[in-house]
Amino acid sequence: MSEAALSLANDPGREVASSAIGTVPVTLTINGQEHRLAVEPWVTLLDLLRERLHLTGSKKGCDHGQCGACTVLIDGRRMNSCLKLAVTLDGSEITTIEGLGQPGNLHPLQAAFLEHDAFQCGYCTPGQICSGVGLIAEGHARTRDDVREQMSGNLCRCGAYTNIADAILEVLGTEDRE
Amino acid sequence: MIRFDYARPTEVSDAVREGAAEQATYLAGGTNLVDLLKENVARPTRVVDIGRLPLAEIGETESGGLRLGALVTNSETAYDSRVQERYPLLSSAILAGATAQLRNAATNGGNINQRTRCYYFYDVATPCNKRNPGQGCGAIGGVNRIHAILGTSPHCIATHPSDMAVALAALQAEVRVTGSDGERVIPFADYHRLPGEEPWRDNTLKPGELVTAIDLPAERFTQNFTYLKLRDRLSYAFALVSVAVAMRIEDGRIAEARIALGGVAHKPWRRLEAEEVLVGRAPDRAAFDAATEVLLDGARGHGANDFKIPMARKAIPRALEQAAAGTPQSQTDKRLA
Repeated sequence: MSEAALSLANDPGREVASSAIGTVPVTLTINGQEHRLAVEPWVTLLDLLRERLHLTGSKKGCDHGQCGACTVLIDGRRMNSCLKLAVTLDGSEITTIEGLGQPGNLHPLQAAFLEHDAFQCGYCTPGQICSGVGLIAEGHARTRDDVREQMSGNLCRCGAYTNIADAILEVLGTEDRE
Repeated sequence: MIRFDYARPTEVSDAVREGAAEQATYLAGGTNLVDLLKENVARPTRVVDIGRLPLAEIGETESGGLRLGALVTNSETAYDSRVQERYPLLSSAILAGATAQLRNAATNGGNINQRTRCYYFYDVATPCNKRNPGQGCGAIGGVNRIHAILGTSPHCIATHPSDMAVALAALQAEVRVTGSDGERVIPFADYHRLPGEEPWRDNTLKPGELVTAIDLPAERFTQNFTYLKLRDRLSYAFALVSVAVAMRIEDGRIAEARIALGGVAHKPWRRLEAEEVLVGRAPDRAAFDAATEVLLDGARGHGANDFKIPMARKAIPRALEQAAAGTPQSQTDKRLA
């Protein structure tokens, strides 16, 4: 980063973060822990999580926002981390699958996935669970049709969709189970 | 991914100054642009992150409509109670597109500025006049199942992929933009353009101009509307043919009808002559078929997309029937209403 860009970034009166080709300072709170990082502008959140912070729960499936394996919660909202440049998220709170629950203290949706056998190979599962947690928080799903439509951004090549919907419906607490 | 430098202005005036630079591009939600950066289709030397500009509010306009900030997300817009009550067609069309994750990231400005999903535009190993002017069009005579049947040119048969834009066309929204020459307002019908001789231009923005808001007029269509989207799978697929209808019925006669098509042209497709055919008539199949013929006049397939013409010929009267009956298409239960 150039001197001029740094001085702009450090001016609290008028924050214009800027870089000539180089790194940009970014503060992210990831699973409750603050990280102060210097990040190149072209690094995606997914690559930052996996390659730099070694949080490999979030998966790289297609890397184009088509499969949902990289889904995380950014300020509580589910998004594809492969399509977010990390520099744009300065100040954000990010929750990955590692932050939802731990062995012995699972998030209710993690427990429901086990209960309903909602996966086979497991590769899509972290994204499915983060997406499901986002869906529940959004509060727009009542029925099985709603859940299936609102989970269409998460592909499962093993085809565990029926059980994934069952797991989410259980945590939603609705009766629309088949 | 290619290398570029980065700016994150917090005021519109700073953003527009940054955006005026050669080879600069604005970045909002990133759901399309980041993908294009990865594919080497977008090759900016400077990315101007507009995510911190104060454009993330929905508010009232002086003329009784709603102003949708350019940075309000598609999700926030679709589920906003004012939008749902006053412009249910817009809410429905947004929810017909993409996925929950993408709608949570994608913004209103970004939605109307997204690029075509033409396979040849995305594949830098193939010719494309939109990506590389003068290179030729791979889709003409190539694989063109998803391509346009109306308003094409010998240089480009790409379609505009947005669902939201189809509803905005029917609602006659306006796009507010700011550039180095100041602010101006573009009627939605004039915002996107047909490919013509310059297929690399998707819209009528001048270089460096920034979309700041989309204004919805006071006129609401809350009873007689629908967004009918036909696609290869039931969710998360671009439209092969989509139809937005906004209608007003008085004393059993059609007082006003607006029809916009998606998936068939380089911009949301409207033809006012087709809408005029309906005015004063009873909302019946004969009237709907007559309007459909005018709307599709001049439609031409390119081989693999020939099916879109009979598909549109069925979808348009079906959508008009849904709107007239007050039974808009559900975006959850995909059985045709």
